[in-house]
Amino acid sequence: MNYELIGITVLWTFLYGYLIVASIDFGAGFFSYYSTVTGREHIINKVINRYLSPVWEVTNVFLVFFFIGIIGFFPSTAYYYGTALLIPGSFAIVLLAIRGSYYAFYHYGFRGNRLYKFLYGATGLLIPASLSVVLTISEGGFIVIENDNVMLDYGALFSSFYSWSVVILAIVSVLYISACFLTFYAYKARDMKAFEVLRGYALFWSFPTILASVLVFFALNQHNPVHFAKMVDISWVFSLSFLFFLGAVYFVWKKRQLGLAFIFVMLQFATAFFGYGASHLPYLLYPHLTIYDGFTNEAMAIALIVAFIAGLCLLIPSLYLLMRLFLFDNKYVEGRK
Amino acid sequence: MMEYDPVIYSRILTGVTLGFHAIFATIGVGIPLLIALAEWIGIKRNDEHYRLLARRWARGFVITVAVGVVTGTAIGLQLSLLWPSFMEVAGHAISLPMFMETFAFFFEAIFLGIYLYTWDRFKKKIHHWLLVIPVVIGASASGFFITTVNAFMNSPYGITVENGVITNINPLAAMFNPATPTKVAHVLSSAYLTSAFILAAIAAIYLLRGNQHVYHKKALHLTMTVACVFAIVTALIGDLSGKYLAEYQPEKLAAAEWHFETTTEAPLILGGILTEDGEIAYALELPYALSILAHGDPGAEVIGLEEFPEEDLPPMIVHYLFDLMVISGIFLAAVSMLFVIMRLRKKWNEHNKPLLWAILAGAPIALFAIEMGWFFAEIGRQPWILNGFMRTAEGATTSQHVDLMLYLFILLYLVLAVSCVTVLRKMFKSNPVEQELLDRGIE
Ligand code: HDD
Ligand code: HEM
Ligand code: HEM
Repeated sequence: MNYELIGITVLWTFLYGYLIVASIDFGAGFFSYYSTVTGREHIINKVINRYLSPVWEVTNVFLVFFFIGIIGFFPSTAYYYGTALLIPGSFAIVLLAIRGSYYAFYHYGFRGNRLYKFLYGATGLLIPASLSVVLTISEGGFIVIENDNVMLDYGALFSSFYSWSVVILAIVSVLYISACFLTFYAYKARDMKAFEVLRGYALFWSFPTILASVLVFFALNQHNPVHFAKMVDISWVFSLSFLFFLGAVYFVWKKRQLGLAFIFVMLQFATAFFGYGASHLPYLLYPHLTIYDGFTNEAMAIALIVAFIAGLCLLIPSLYLLMRLFLFDNKYVEGRK
Repeated sequence: MMEYDPVIYSRILTGVTLGFHAIFATIGVGIPLLIALAEWIGIKRNDEHYRLLARRWARGFVITVAVGVVTGTAIGLQLSLLWPSFMEVAGHAISLPMFMETFAFFFEAIFLGIYLYTWDRFKKKIHHWLLVIPVVIGASASGFFITTVNAFMNSPYGITVENGVITNINPLAAMFNPATPTKVAHVLSSAYLTSAFILAAIAAIYLLRGNQHVYHKKALHLTMTVACVFAIVTALIGDLSGKYLAEYQPEKLAAAEWHFETTTEAPLILGGILTEDGEIAYALELPYALSILAHGDPGAEVIGLEEFPEEDLPPMIVHYLFDLMVISGIFLAAVSMLFVIMRLRKKWNEHNKPLLWAILAGAPIALFAIEMGWFFAEIGRQPWILNGFMRTAEGATTSQHVDLMLYLFILLYLVLAVSCVTVLRKMFKSNPVEQELLDRGIE
């Protein structure tokens, strides 16, 4: 493997990490707000709060890691995406800022403020939608380069069927991933009432998720046939993803093996996400930028990889400690601590 | 209305975001140290007051961290959005510390989460204290890493440029450039100083309101002692920063001092105005002081502005920024030293009203000094974004609508600031110290 591939793999892995933890977090925020509106707050909020409180900050770091890392490994992305994304990027920042801070204000400050809760519940769905725009743009066709000026073609973006299908997929996957995780967590907490409600959500969102994935697949065929053809070449990966999906839904349906069910959900998204990423290569931005012409120098690449490995040696034990104390400590999960 | 120029708006927006982030970043670097100290003293002396201090500080700290995290995320993304060409170059040379900074955050975030939720989960109290150590290390390390990036902008080392393309990059040399030692030390020590003053001000408010509880006196004593130490350290390192400037960025120092001609035995100018024909009026002159600041020797020669081309000079306004920072520093050192001395002298009452008022004023003044320091450092580097390599205008975005984004972000920061203050006030009002002391069976 060359440095370029190592770099993009590391970054893609972190983005995958963000996809999972942020989806859980965003979806939970939404469900929590939704349950307040529908008067079922008392049933599921306890489970949601217990899980979320200790980990909210960690989620954000995954994202920061990705966007700082991509500038380290592929400095030219700063030039192309940075110039084009000023407005969507700024809106994403504002949404992230509102969500993060009102989350903390609500949970550590004063509970019960409905406005605060609304702010972080609603932004939870808007953020994935706005971040997904970056992936859409990477498919090409939306960025215009005129005498060294990089511009985003908003008309094309808003009228594209592909870009809307990606937005839909982003939102429904967030709800699906989150509901599946919380189902498992509620079961572990032996909170059967919450479990029933959340299981209902998980099943409800499973079908739209798979439908939206298929939609995106075919919309891509229209939008970027080259990439689509490459995805078809590795179609086994996507079939595997579908099998994992079936497995997950089966277990949730049967109320058995819920931990395994969530692992299947993670694998479902891992296969689809890495399959998508691998077939996207070598392009970072169709057709302007590949991982080879946008790469940093060798000295920096080595330094970043060494730093990355050293960082992981520090982080993995710490994350293990966090999980042991909060996620897998039965007394804590059940609320006895 | 001024004509739309993306460079100007990008500079203003960067200044606004960083100016806002700097407040929370400074608190974020400094307060963990004080929390760790308080909890440690509490355990060593078996004094529950100190442990409660740590606990209450930590609770407020989470709120400011949240704002620090979101504004930090904002500036991280904004650097690419507003300075794409600069980041493309910086990515090649200085992305290593930025990358490591994220690891430091990660590390800090994990342990902060654990620390907050495990106050009563350990049999031995000291085990809980151990959890705050990674928070202290992570916070200071992130301050360290990001400051090396800024140091690199001031003195780009470890790279060679051939025909406008960077070659021969040495990431470690770039990170440990000549500006790094003084800059990092000054930023960290001023963060500890500022945080100590902010926490001291809270105790001072209670004492001024007539609440004589020993809990607040202990808080004041601890924070003022820390403040005294770091006020002195900050001033000493500030002096070293001056010596760094004299050697590597003499034009910045000369602009800060309105030092036009190269001379020996240079005086330090405080305040004053520049007249039409470039003369200095109404200023306070401290003879030899600039030579001492620059080289530690009253007779030394200090380079003046005349030696640089006009288009390479920063705006002369940096003089005031520098002065305001230094005066604030002197005030903070004086107040904290006075408190410590009065406390040592048993006959004197260190809780007298004027001193308490001065301590209370110290909190905003310290934050003000931080802002002035950064504005001085950043504006003093102009017209360069990468000193000697790239001009600010070359690094900026060419996008439309940076102005609209500026208004959007100003609105965002206003909302965040107001909510943050409201939440903090409500939090502590609804759970007063006395009540919590009773609830926890301490009294
Ligand atoms: C990582 C590096 C970094 C760090 C630690 C800081 N800055 Fe900075 N700052 C920049 C990176 C930067 C920059 C993006 O590179 C700018 C844009 C133009 C320039 O020269 O540097 C800049 C410009 C800039 C300007 C506009 C100056 C001008 O163009 O006249 C202001 C007012 C500030 N900054 C203020 C701050 C404050 C209050 C900081 C305290 C947190 C701070 N900066 C830290
Ligand atoms: C003035 C110098 C700065 C200092 C001392 C500083 C320090 C801090 C601190 C203490 C935090 C809170 C972290 C936490 O508690 O988890 C923070 C957040 C953050 N800062 Fe800064 N910062 C500075 C400038 C910058 C700049 C210039 C950037 C842009 C590259 C930046 C990027 C960030 C990011 C991305 C976060 C959020 C990290 C997270 O998600 O946890 N900071 N900063
Ligand atoms: C009391 C005497 C002080 C002196 C002589 C002094 C000196 C300096 C100098 C020379 C710089 C410029 C360094 C550069 O541009 O590279 C600087 C920057 C700065 N100062 Fe001070 N300072 C003092 C007090 C303070 C205090 C009290 C604070 C805050 C509480 C503070 C906060 C800062 C900050 C945040 C910067 C920007 C970081 C930097 O560029 O190093 N300073 N100071």
